[in-house]
Amino acid sequence: MLIKPNPSSGVPIYLQLMEQVKHAIETGALRPGEQLPGIRPLAEELVINVNTVAKAYRELEHEGVVELRHGAGAFVSARAHGTKAADKFRTARPVAAAAIAKLRAQGLTDEEIRRLFEAELAAHARVGGQGD
Amino acid sequence: MTDSAIIETVELTKIYGDRKAVDGLNFSVPQGSICGVLGRNGAGKTTTLKVLLGMARPTSGTARVFGLDAANNEASVEIRRRCSFVSEEKDLYDTMTVGEIVRFAAGVYPRWRTDLEQRYQTAFALQPLASIKQLSRGARTRLALLLALCSGAELLLLDEPTSGLDPAANEEVLQLLVAHAAREGATIVLSSHHLVDIEQIADRIAILDHGRAVVQGALDDIRERYCRVQLVFDGPAPEAALHTPGIVGVKRDGRVMRVLSSAGSERLVAEARALNPIAVDVTPVTLKEIFLETVAVEI
Repeated sequence: MLIKPNPSSGVPIYLQLMEQVKHAIETGALRPGEQLPGIRPLAEELVINVNTVAKAYRELEHEGVVELRHGAGAFVSARAHGTKAADKFRTARPVAAAAIAKLRAQGLTDEEIRRLFEAELAAHARVGGQGD
Repeated sequence: MTDSAIIETVELTKIYGDRKAVDGLNFSVPQGSICGVLGRNGAGKTTTLKVLLGMARPTSGTARVFGLDAANNEASVEIRRRCSFVSEEKDLYDTMTVGEIVRFAAGVYPRWRTDLEQRYQTAFALQPLASIKQLSRGARTRLALLLALCSGAELLLLDEPTSGLDPAANEEVLQLLVAHAAREGATIVLSSHHLVDIEQIADRIAILDHGRAVVQGALDDIRERYCRVQLVFDGPAPEAALHTPGIVGVKRDGRVMRVLSSAGSERLVAEARALNPIAVDVTPVTLKEIFLETVAVEI
């Protein structure tokens, strides 16, 4: 279910893994209560450091996306689906889609839009903060 | 520094004649980590490994492994008993067969792991009757690693373990190291010129240059801190100096100014906005870019 992260993208591998798990939950590939691969087997399968996988799982637990049950492994949290976070994304998506459509209409390429968003996020991160 | 450092050097210096091979190196590796040591040829990687193993004496400063002083002869014996070193040349007794050297090593290491020996000998497709002299480069590397992994060592020091391997053999070695660290909890320090390999399996890195660590820490932290900000101006890029801390380098080229930051982009972008650029791009940088920007260019 999870694919090999790209080590040379410059994005930390644990963040790539976190995104993959969240995406799998969003698309329904992973459902609440289901078990994620074990930390060690996943590290071996993806040929990445076991500490990196452990970090991704810890951060996902911190965000309430998964639950780490001692000795049993990691499970998709019951709250992970249909929660406030998912609703938030659902309502935010058309806003993002509209902005993208508008920028494309102005002749920007997707790569330009991506960089524009990153720059704006970086510029506003200190003011806007990280939300809740 | 780290609460459970397996390796810790403080102001370590090693001088050969009039050449400072290691120059005030502060380097530490926590237990259970896979640490990549990067650097140009002659940056001090191999000398550092040799000092840690008691094969070279520090000129000044200290090197501790498992908390033991590597410069002390008795402690050094203890260190070597608990560590395994694979040199870049993969030194092996060429007159032996695979089976003979495995039996020989099993007799030498008190904590030899027969279970791992059987698993790896099958996995590596090493024929016991094959002569070491006639092994391919990949097979020779696998044999040297088999001996190191089966020795029961808590710490593996690997000098260029993947040099000269084809991509498939390379991936096999990485897989093996990841699995060994995960299953056995071993700490692995490897030097390499293959930056992509290090990005893939290491959780810590140290970039050495002229015998010093110029970048060191958890790879994820480093990746999150380092970024490139590109500013485009209406006219020539202004010569005004940027004062945000953490700027590694600034390049001006016509209307474009590129800044590499080691402290994130937020403060830098805020400062750069005051120069009225018409476009600001923030892009992540790869380990290769960090490496090339931080090691000094030889003339």
